[in-house]
Amino acid sequence: MAIVSRGFGSRRRESSPDLPPGQFLTTDFPVLSAGPTPDIDTDDWEFTIRTETGQAHTWSWEEFLALPAEDVSTDIHCVTRWSKLGTSWRGVSLDTLFEDVESSHDFVMAHSYGGYTTNVPLEDLLDGKAWIAYEFDGEPLEPEHGGPARLLVPHLYFWKSAKWVRGLVMQADDEPGFWEQNGYHLYGDPWREQRYW
Amino acid sequence: MSGGWKVGVVTGTRTETPSARSITLDVPGWGGNLAGQHLDLRLTAEDGYQAVRSYSVASAGPGDTVELAVDRIDTGEVSPYLVDELLPGDQVELRGPLGGWFVWKPETSAPAVQLIAGGSGVVPLLAMARAHAASGSIADMRLLYSVRTPDDVFFRDELQRLGVDVTFVHTRRAPDGASRPAGRVTRELLAELVHPASVDPDVFVCGPTGFVESVATWLVDLGFRPERVKTERFGGL
Repeated sequence: MAIVSRGFGSRRRESSPDLPPGQFLTTDFPVLSAGPTPDIDTDDWEFTIRTETGQAHTWSWEEFLALPAEDVSTDIHCVTRWSKLGTSWRGVSLDTLFEDVESSHDFVMAHSYGGYTTNVPLEDLLDGKAWIAYEFDGEPLEPEHGGPARLLVPHLYFWKSAKWVRGLVMQADDEPGFWEQNGYHLYGDPWREQRYW
Repeated sequence: MSGGWKVGVVTGTRTETPSARSITLDVPGWGGNLAGQHLDLRLTAEDGYQAVRSYSVASAGPGDTVELAVDRIDTGEVSPYLVDELLPGDQVELRGPLGGWFVWKPETSAPAVQLIAGGSGVVPLLAMARAHAASGSIADMRLLYSVRTPDDVFFRDELQRLGVDVTFVHTRRAPDGASRPAGRVTRELLAELVHPASVDPDVFVCGPTGFVESVATWLVDLGFRPERVKTERFGGL
């Protein structure tokens, strides 16, 4: 039984059935990063998927933009408790990028420019559940929000949607990434409030 | 690590600035925290409505005493309650300590440490300065504190006593006799006022998004190693 805070509750934020437990709505787009924003020139940008055989599937920025893209409208949920509903993105589905990738491993470590990592099960990236996004609200993705391109896995807490993504490495086990080693949940389902260890 | 919700009893409050106050709580079972960690604070209304927000912890070290410092956001639903309504003896629920990245530990510190605060972003950095003093660390710790006016400084007296070299940048109004007129931190000012990149300091930057974004980018431009620059940002929520 929670304790009651005397006199609290006169002001309340708007509620919505689309809001996972413990989240509140925001119309801003807050920025949360563990370090400086890396400066990435699209001339130097590459995206690579690497498997256990050492095989690498690599796309330059030009090759990446030539892939079929999708417009995605989705809700996003940050572990710091803000949620933003109906956000608009454009990006390449991971189904497209994984088309020619053969791996027997079930887990993925996403790696970013700047050194960030996050772990995601492969099944959470396929079947229309994840993208490499490069536009937000019809504009090129701003560096502070992960541009030129970020992973977008909106059904998990947003730290899983790695900013400045540069590659995915297949892994046999669900090894923890950066925040997952620093106190945050290995999987991160907002509807089950999997925030911390 | 974080465990479940614990009940904290307010043991004291103190006005820090016209819009902020510090709150001391006794939290049985807390067991201490590292300098720079944060916690979740939960309030429950009489009809069961709940709101949870994250706050940096101003205190550090072992024990069950927790100190917070909260700045009122007028459009918020939690901070006005904490700043204007909460009284000694009141109870709130807390979970934590949380976060293992934006922390300073004496045993693994670089020889030089640069703290850079924007406004109420000073709170976790104060915890680091307190931990520095409590541990007797010989690390050369400096604080650059950007604040609107002299009236907006948190923990003013204590900051002077902690043995950390503190430099203020006043953005709107400087005190009488100040060596610099009021104005924002610029890249040039940053280069002048912080440890040089050549000593490869551990750097902790905390403040509003725009401030942290600018400062962190300038630090990298000035030759600081990005992996040594740890940031924490808040979006005014």
